Amino acid sequence: MEQVIANGLFTGAQYALIALGLTLIFGLMNVLNFAHGQMFVLGALFAYTIFNHIVELGWFLGMTPWLANILTFMVALVATLVFLAFVGALFERFLFRTVIKRSSRDESTMLLAAATAFLLDALLPMKHVFGELSHSLPALIEGSFSIEQPWFSDTPFYMPYSKVFIGGLALFLIAGFMAFMQYTKPGRAMRALAQDKIAAQLMGVHVDRFTMLGFALGAMLAGGIGALIVTITNIGPTAGSSFSIKAFIMVMIGGAGVVGGAIAGGFVLGMMESIVPTLLAPYDLANLSDLIIFAALMIFLSFRPQGLMGKPWG
Amino acid sequence: MKVKPHTESGLKTWVGLAALVLAMGLFYFGIPALIAQNPEVYSRYYTTLSGIALLSMASAGVWLTFYIGRINIGQGVFCLFGAYISGILVVNYGMNFWYSAIWAGVICSLLSFLIGLPILRLRGVYFAMVTLISTQVATLVVQNLAITKQGRSFALPPPAALTLPGTDIVVIPAFTLEGAAVGFYFAAITLMILTFLGLYRLVNSRIGQLCKSLQQNEELASSLGVNIVWLRLVAYAISCFVGGVAGAFYGAQQANLNVSLFTVQDSVNFLLYCFMGGLNYVVGPLIGTITLRLGWDQLSPTGEYQLAIYALALIILMFILPNGLMSLVEEGKKWFIRPNHRQKLQSMSAQKPVKTVAKSAAKKRPKTAAKTAPKSNKGRK
Repeated sequence: MEQVIANGLFTGAQYALIALGLTLIFGLMNVLNFAHGQMFVLGALFAYTIFNHIVELGWFLGMTPWLANILTFMVALVATLVFLAFVGALFERFLFRTVIKRSSRDESTMLLAAATAFLLDALLPMKHVFGELSHSLPALIEGSFSIEQPWFSDTPFYMPYSKVFIGGLALFLIAGFMAFMQYTKPGRAMRALAQDKIAAQLMGVHVDRFTMLGFALGAMLAGGIGALIVTITNIGPTAGSSFSIKAFIMVMIGGAGVVGGAIAGGFVLGMMESIVPTLLAPYDLANLSDLIIFAALMIFLSFRPQGLMGKPWG
Repeated sequence: MKVKPHTESGLKTWVGLAALVLAMGLFYFGIPALIAQNPEVYSRYYTTLSGIALLSMASAGVWLTFYIGRINIGQGVFCLFGAYISGILVVNYGMNFWYSAIWAGVICSLLSFLIGLPILRLRGVYFAMVTLISTQVATLVVQNLAITKQGRSFALPPPAALTLPGTDIVVIPAFTLEGAAVGFYFAAITLMILTFLGLYRLVNSRIGQLCKSLQQNEELASSLGVNIVWLRLVAYAISCFVGGVAGAFYGAQQANLNVSLFTVQDSVNFLLYCFMGGLNYVVGPLIGTITLRLGWDQLSPTGEYQLAIYALALIILMFILPNGLMSLVEEGKKWFIRPNHRQKLQSMSAQKPVKTVAKSAAKKRPKTAAKTAPKSNKGRK
C-alpha cells in the first residue's frame, strides 16, 4: 500500500507540473495549447542530448560518478528550462499573438495550436533533430531506499534514490512556481490578467509582455518536467499528444485556468493511475483501469464542469 | 412569420443553385471522366475522394454543434461506434450493409441523447474537454470489448445488394471487390450532397434560427420561450446521426475495422476542417475537408517531410485567413458582387476619416491602426 501511494505521489508531482504550464497558458490567453505535450517531449529530448554531450566533462574533471551525473543533470535541466522558455516566447510572439489579433473568434487559435503540435510532431523525429528512437538517461544515483516490513502491507517498500531526487526537484519546481506567482510583481500581474484582462490592462499591466512571459513559463514548466521524467522512463519523439490529452484532463479535474486546481488535478490523476489498477488487480480487471478512470472523470466533469476549484463557465 | 425581403436573396438563390448543379456535375460526371482518362494512375482517387466525402459529412455534424455554440471534439466517438455497430450487424447478425448503416446512425443518435443530456449543459472549453475525453473513452471501450475483437482487425465483406423490401427489384447492386471503390465513391458523394443539402435546409429553417439564438445567448433564448434543452439535444443527435452513418460507410470502405480508425486525433481533425472552411457557411466543413485532406494526400510523395509541410501550410493559412477559407467569399462580396455597397463605403470613409482612426486607436492598437487606415482608404479608391 505504501508503495502504491508513494508511486502515486511521485507521478502526481510530475503530472502537476505538466498541468501547471497548460493551465497558465489557458488562464492568460484562453488558448487550448494542443502542443503542450510536444513541448514536454522537446524538453525531455533536449535535456537528454545536452546531458550526453557534457557528462564526460565531469568524468574528465575526476568527479565521482554520482556527483558528475547530478551536476551535469542540473546543467542540462537549466539549459532545458532556458531553451524551452525561449521557444515558448517565440511561439507566442510570432504565432499566437498575430493570429489572436487577426481572427474574429477566439477558438481559431485551436487550429493554430494543433498546427504547431503537428509541426513539432513532424520535426522532432527527424534525422537531424532527435531521430526516431526513444531515449532515457541512466539512473542519476545508484541504490534505493527500502523498508523490509512496512506498516500496512507484506511486500517490502522500495524507492530508488534517483526517484526521490527527481520527485524532490519536481516539488521544488512547483513550490518555486507558486512562490513566483504569489510574491513577485510579474506573478501578480499574471494573476491579475487571468482574473480579468481588461481590468488588469486599465491598471497598467502590459498585456502583451506578460502574456508572452506566461506562455514562456508554461513551455518552460513542460520542458522542465520532460527533463525530469527522461531520467526515469523512455520518452519517444512522438509521445507528445498522449501527454497533451492527460494534461487537459488534469486541468479539467482541477478547474480550467486555476493554478491550485492544476496541482490538485495532477495529484488526483497520479493517485488514481496508481491506486485503481491495484484495487482492480484481485478481480483480474487491471487492464480496464484506464477505461474506468476516464469514464469516471467524464461523469465527474458532466456534473461538476468547473472541476474541483474552478469558477463556473470560466 | 414574415421576413423582410432581402435585396440580394434572389441573386443568392440563383448563385447557390448554379453552384450546386456545377458541384453535382463535377462530382458525378466530371471526376469519373477525368479518372477515365488514365485509370491506372488516377483510380486511387476514387478511394481518396470517397474518404473525403465521408469525413466532410462527419465534419458537417461538428459544424452543426458549432452552430449551437458548442466546440465538439467528440465526433470520433460516433464515427468509431457507427463503424463498429454497422460492422457487428453485418458480420454477426447477417444484416444488409445498407440497413446496418442506417441503424448505426440511429443507435448513435440514441446514444447521443444519453451522453448529451448531462454534457450539453456545459459550454466553451468545458464541453470541448469532456468530448475530447469521451473520444479517449470510446477508444478504450472498443479495446476492451470482446464483440469488437479488442479493437484488432475486424474484416468486413463488401456490401450486398439492396432490394426493395418484399420484392426482387435491385436498387443498389452488390459491390464486387474490384468495383467497390467506384461504388463507394458514388455512395459517398450522394450521402455528402444529401447531408449538406439537409444541413442547409435545417439552418435556414425556423429550427436553424432557434439554433442560432442558442449560439448567441442561451439565457436570453430560454427567457423568450425557446426550449433550449430539447433544441440542443436534437441538434446534437442529428450531428451524431450523421457521424454514425459516415463512420459506418468509412469503415465499410476500408473493409477492415480497427481501433485506430477514429482516434482523438481524428476528432481534433474534424474540428480543424470546420475552422479551416469557416464557421459562418454551411459548406465550410466541405471546403475545409477537401482542402486539408486533398492537400495532405498530395503531399505524400514528400515522405518524411509530409507532416512538417502540412503543418507549415496550416500555420501560413492561419496567418492569411484566420477566419477560414470561406472568409474569402466575404471579401469577394465586398469588391465584386456589391458595387453599390462599395460606393457607399467609399462615401462614408470620405466623410469621416477621422472617426475610423480614432475608433481603431481606441482599441489600443496604435501600430495596426496607423497601418490599416491609409491602406483601406487606398483600396476603396
